[in-house]
Amino acid sequence: MSGLNEEQVMLRDAAKAWVDDKSPVAALRRLRDQGSQTGFDPAAWREMGEMGWTGVVIPEAYGGSEFGYRSLGLILEETGRTLTASPLLSTALIAASALNLGGTAAQKEAWLPKIAAAEIVAGLAVDEHPHHDPARTALAATREGDGFRLDGAKTFVAEGLAADLLIVAARTSGEPGEASGLTLFLVEGAADGLVRRRLQLIDSRGAADLAFTGVRVPAEAVLGEVDRGFDLLETVLDRARAGLAAEMIGTATQAFETTLDYLKNRTQFGQAIGAFQALQHRAAKMFTEIEMARSCVYAALDAIDANANDVRALASLAKAKACDTLHLVSNEMVQMHGGIGMTDAHDAGLYLKRARVAEALYGSASWHRDRYATLLGF
Amino acid sequence: MADLETFRAEVRDWLAANYPASLNAPMSEDEAPWGGRKMVWKNPDAKLWLERMGARGWTAPTWPKDYGGGGLSAEEARVLSQELARIHARPALMSFGIWMLGPVLLEYATEDQKRRFLPPIVRGEIRWCQGYSEPGAGSDLASLQTRAEDRGDHFLINGQKVWTSYADQADWIFCLVRTDTTKKHEGISFVLFDMTSPGVEARPIKLISGSSPFCETFFDNVKVPKDQLVGKLNGGWEIAKRLLQYERQNISAGGFGGGAGLELEEVAKGYVGLRAGKLADADLRARIAAHKMDAKAFALTVRRAETESKAAKGPSPAVSIIKYAAASLNQAKHELMLEAMGTKGLGWDGEGFAPEEIRETRAWLRSKGNSIEGGTSEVNLNVIAKRVLGLLDHQ
Repeated sequence: MSGLNEEQVMLRDAAKAWVDDKSPVAALRRLRDQGSQTGFDPAAWREMGEMGWTGVVIPEAYGGSEFGYRSLGLILEETGRTLTASPLLSTALIAASALNLGGTAAQKEAWLPKIAAAEIVAGLAVDEHPHHDPARTALAATREGDGFRLDGAKTFVAEGLAADLLIVAARTSGEPGEASGLTLFLVEGAADGLVRRRLQLIDSRGAADLAFTGVRVPAEAVLGEVDRGFDLLETVLDRARAGLAAEMIGTATQAFETTLDYLKNRTQFGQAIGAFQALQHRAAKMFTEIEMARSCVYAALDAIDANANDVRALASLAKAKACDTLHLVSNEMVQMHGGIGMTDAHDAGLYLKRARVAEALYGSASWHRDRYATLLGF
Repeated sequence: MADLETFRAEVRDWLAANYPASLNAPMSEDEAPWGGRKMVWKNPDAKLWLERMGARGWTAPTWPKDYGGGGLSAEEARVLSQELARIHARPALMSFGIWMLGPVLLEYATEDQKRRFLPPIVRGEIRWCQGYSEPGAGSDLASLQTRAEDRGDHFLINGQKVWTSYADQADWIFCLVRTDTTKKHEGISFVLFDMTSPGVEARPIKLISGSSPFCETFFDNVKVPKDQLVGKLNGGWEIAKRLLQYERQNISAGGFGGGAGLELEEVAKGYVGLRAGKLADADLRARIAAHKMDAKAFALTVRRAETESKAAKGPSPAVSIIKYAAASLNQAKHELMLEAMGTKGLGWDGEGFAPEEIRETRAWLRSKGNSIEGGTSEVNLNVIAKRVLGLLDHQ
């Protein structure tokens, strides 16, 4: 591995050991078969907190280690390998970033130590339509007394059912489709007027639809500035995209390795099927795609840590390449396994299902290509 | 680090005093500084620039000073290339001798051979070509048949090479020859000889792009003194493969390039136009964006492979994909470029087309060779599958 320091190597190795031992793919299968509502194992989440994973991007003053995004990416890559279902991305990366980047001292004090200690689950509520589009936010935040009342709906909210704290993108002025007029709010999961409905997605993780009817929040619940939330939201989302892309690279890598193993062991016509050139070339192309996407993910996370000025483009690059790569590898995993890959007993289906959910979350490949072109000025 | 900064200051001063101002104009294709006995210098300052750089050994910055090189550390060499890039300096020398032959001579040649062959490479006095492929030995290179018979004090060489880059312009050739017909890989030797030797003939091959960068090269009873054998007799295959690694590494550093060096999206904006700030052809825009992403991913991968190889003191697995990816990307770029130019991308010559348009069209044709030369993409994929992924040969 390139450029990893000693702490990062230790973190990665510890994460690898933990997922192999405590969170193999069988753990997700068990959650699914038990019909878990929240889509994660609270005991595993506590252990993540004990290992310090929940504080990796949180400043030391608030109970974190501030190792940085590249470090958290290493952990997400390992959890992605075994499809570990947990609120790590939503809470320890996305919500922690939002609070750290946009929060007042009081807001940070109130929430960051709890995230670092894995005492709460938090999530980001942004999308309202079948396709990711933050500027299209319509959920209304109307001034009422000293605070605001929220009315509207959110969909596809990761960990939305379990979240103790939600970061909600709302419109305080302007029209859906406009970047200006957005404001972020901190809303507690138990708020009056908030109805949460579990969304049973193909990947068996915790997701929810949220309905806001006259949900009242004080002025102190505003995260960042009123009407100027879009930039903060995009900055947070870019971190989310890069972190999710890291998880997806882990998922693609494991899907590929499992498939490669099968190519070496499955025999037909008296030889390993991996001896056939048609399959060898497809395997070599997958390897190429994975390595190229991996470079993009690491570059995006490094850029975030360095506070570089090309984070936006690199985050879109990382997410788009991770989407395309995982899409390819998850399809090939099923095809190359043949009939066994179509059975529920095999893991290929679980990889395929998680792949599609991750691809849609925080912007599909085509959405990010469009954004990339715009950022490059064409 | 302080030493490096001192070195950087020295390089800056030296460049300020020694880089000829007339070379600040863009370099045309016929000005490429390949050096050698046959080089015709359009601009005498380009020759002066080569002589100055060659005298310092900076055309081969990391080679030992004993052999004419610059004797620089890898870090110093990076500083030198950064400073050259900073002033947009033209290359002083383009050379197969430096990119391919030199590194294997440093590894496999005798002391006498190093002292004889390396310094003229550094100074750009001798231009080399590569005698590898034959009509019957392309992807299956080790089936080559060009014979070298042992005649006591010399080898007698008979046979034919093909796709010999610039054989008609080169002074010497590094050549794979068969010295044992009873074995395949273990019957190949690596020899060097002068292209003016009696019995050598190079005939240029005209390509679909109209240019003739490659030749058919014929050897009819060519006498080669035995002290021009590199490495062991019948031990040439190892050297041949090593040289291919350097060749592919070189591709990785520079990519394939070609064309007028225009940015794809700028060309598309010019020929297709914008509508509400976006390229008017939405489908082309999406495909250009996807290509730009792939190109960026490739550049990041080359950089990562370098860092990882250095950290691991051995090649990173990412290295193996670079030739294949570079070829695919360059071909995709030229296809998009042609498409973006519309009918202006379909001119061959003459009135009605700008010189850059013709150059882009010719470069598109030339790029079709990228997935064939230096190992076909199919062979590259075989290598990744077998060497990196550990898949077995078909039985």
